[in-house]
Amino acid sequence: MSFRARHLLGIQHLAPDEIRAILDLADKYVDLNRRSIKKSDALAGMTQINMFFEPSTRTQASFELAGKRLGADVMNMSVAQSSVKKGETLIDTALTLNAMHPDLLVVRHGASGAVNLLAEKVNCAVLNAGDGRHEHPTQALLDALTIRRAKGRIQRLTVAICGDVAHSRVARSNLILLGKMENRVRLVAPPTLMPAGVAEFGCEVFDDMREGLEGADVVMMLRLQKERMDGGFIPSEREYYHRYGLDAEKLSHAKPDAIVMHPGPMNRGVEIDGELADDINRSVIQEQVEMGVAVRMACMDLLARNLRAERGAKAAGVMV
Amino acid sequence: MTLYFENARIIDPEAGTESIGNLILNAGVIAAIGAASPPKGAQVIDCGGKCLAPGIVDLGVKIGEPGERHRESFRSAGRAAAAGGVTTIIARPDTAPAIDTPEVLEFVTRRAAQSLVRIHHMAALTKGRQGREMVEIGFMLDAGALAFTDCDHVVSDTKVLGRALTYARGLGALVIGHPQDPGLSRGAAVTNGKFASLLGLPGVHPMAERLGLDRDIGMVEMTGVRYHSDQITCARSLPALARAKANGLDVTAGVSIHHLTLNELDVGDYRSFFKFTPPLRAEEDRVAVVEAVASGLIDIICSMHSPQDEESKRLPFEEAAAGAVALETFLPAAMRLYHAGAMDLPTLFRAMALNPAKRLGLPQGRMALGAPADLVLFDPDAPFMLDRWTLQSKSKNTPFDGQRMEGRVIATFVAGIQVFGPEGFADA
Repeated sequence: MSFRARHLLGIQHLAPDEIRAILDLADKYVDLNRRSIKKSDALAGMTQINMFFEPSTRTQASFELAGKRLGADVMNMSVAQSSVKKGETLIDTALTLNAMHPDLLVVRHGASGAVNLLAEKVNCAVLNAGDGRHEHPTQALLDALTIRRAKGRIQRLTVAICGDVAHSRVARSNLILLGKMENRVRLVAPPTLMPAGVAEFGCEVFDDMREGLEGADVVMMLRLQKERMDGGFIPSEREYYHRYGLDAEKLSHAKPDAIVMHPGPMNRGVEIDGELADDINRSVIQEQVEMGVAVRMACMDLLARNLRAERGAKAAGVMV
Repeated sequence: MTLYFENARIIDPEAGTESIGNLILNAGVIAAIGAASPPKGAQVIDCGGKCLAPGIVDLGVKIGEPGERHRESFRSAGRAAAAGGVTTIIARPDTAPAIDTPEVLEFVTRRAAQSLVRIHHMAALTKGRQGREMVEIGFMLDAGALAFTDCDHVVSDTKVLGRALTYARGLGALVIGHPQDPGLSRGAAVTNGKFASLLGLPGVHPMAERLGLDRDIGMVEMTGVRYHSDQITCARSLPALARAKANGLDVTAGVSIHHLTLNELDVGDYRSFFKFTPPLRAEEDRVAVVEAVASGLIDIICSMHSPQDEESKRLPFEEAAAGAVALETFLPAAMRLYHAGAMDLPTLFRAMALNPAKRLGLPQGRMALGAPADLVLFDPDAPFMLDRWTLQSKSKNTPFDGQRMEGRVIATFVAGIQVFGPEGFADA
């Protein structure tokens, strides 16, 4: 087991063996979560603060549940409604919280790079729960766990990431993780929703969905992020659905056993056909939610171990 | 039905040649060129040495459907086209409402079936031609739109334009722009200069066109879209166009027949039938643009047919509507260029038939075996005085009223069927 990082800010900073360590531990937490008594003491005595500067239901609930199952004291701060409205800067908010001695800070923010900035100002471990259109590392890890459990491996697979790539932090984190684990990644999007220069990341770029899905093992759909658009990227939702909405016909171009993923929340009839999303033979969307809690438990457990080791070393007067 | 044309002066724009010979039309296509004798049962047409050319493919015709049927209907436009040797109309989307949804496009496509000639449609690039949101380019392409254009409305927001062009590029769609700086050209009725000052009319500097073209070329370079500039009318725009082509951008350009045959002085005593968008230019500009068509730098000549009712032209010059009907006068006006020695007939038909068809991916415009049997038989020398009340268009706003013209259409054939001839129209 090797996991060296102080914070979990992005997949970019993780090595393949660290990713594997997280997934291996997460597998154990999946088992724990399926028991009737879902309790561990990995974070006993520790304080976890969830700071969501952007509205979130599922990710915040997932982190909260993960912390509670590990025995931490969990506090949710609805930052969007409070201090920010009063004009406090991000760094002042961070310093204020830091003075309360939390051990784990889970942060989501609408601006790319905001979580990194905050991590520089606090003494605890910081988990990025999504920053702007930059990274969403726990989502990529839970997707990897879902794929590994469905396909038996997380190497040498062809994964098509489809839809609103331009506005998606999920796409970026997944692209990096799947690349690090030596998979073949394809991005499928209308040219207006394809970020510039992505082909240089070592993935294939398609604007025809059927071509992009040809022979894929995994079809990962993205939500059309209307709230992040200042209008005009696509002509209409109906044309988007016609060209880029996943339905049975388009999916037939992928491998017969290809799985369908979606980070949620779904816009049924926009990026995915409702019936397909509910098809238990193809869709692993519900599994993704389950894996989310386990992966977050694994991440926090590993960060807490490093934090304890660091503090122990400091107390013993050892230089680290 | 097999037609045998004998003793025809055959104009081949692709080969750039003209030669006396015979030609057979069968099953809607050109079946033979140069056959010695008519096949059994064929109808023989003695051309008497007159010209036989591919029918004109007119890129950018305004028809008043939907919304302004009193100005022009598909039926009246079809007759005007047939009488003028235009066998394919590419209709503009600046209708009321604009052709900006697949539903409207399907409606006009259905309505257009009653026309004597082939009609294809272009769609607006943005909803309502308002320059704010792109139309459903994918659905419209599937429904048969050949190109996307906001016509004389310039999309001034380059972010909106950039996204629309990027989206269009992804689908391989052709976008047609109107190169005109919207600020400089605002409120202009004529071209800046001595003549405008003399008349006291608000003018636009020709630089407005260059600025518009430069911007559009920049957007093409950025997005990689296929682009056509509807009208290039000024000498100072030509080097920019030549550079864009030399740089390998997928750019073509057109010009209206009016800007090739008339100049700003024709406005004379505030004659609103000579008001155009962009306005008529100085003689030096006209000459430069004619040379650019002859050299092939400007690819396409169009009629920019714009029917206007009497009320919208019978106004003070500044307030009058712009544009002229031109389907029927297109070929006679083009003969002015031929008789003036500016270009030969194959060069003219390259710009009026072959190039527009090629740009739009249509099989028309060629004098070749297997090409669609869309032909015009005309006498390039026949003289006449134009009387606007004899025109087939519902609107009669032509700048050539009362003028001496040379060159008349004798007969027009679409898909091997004669739709216009000495006996009249096929839909009479």
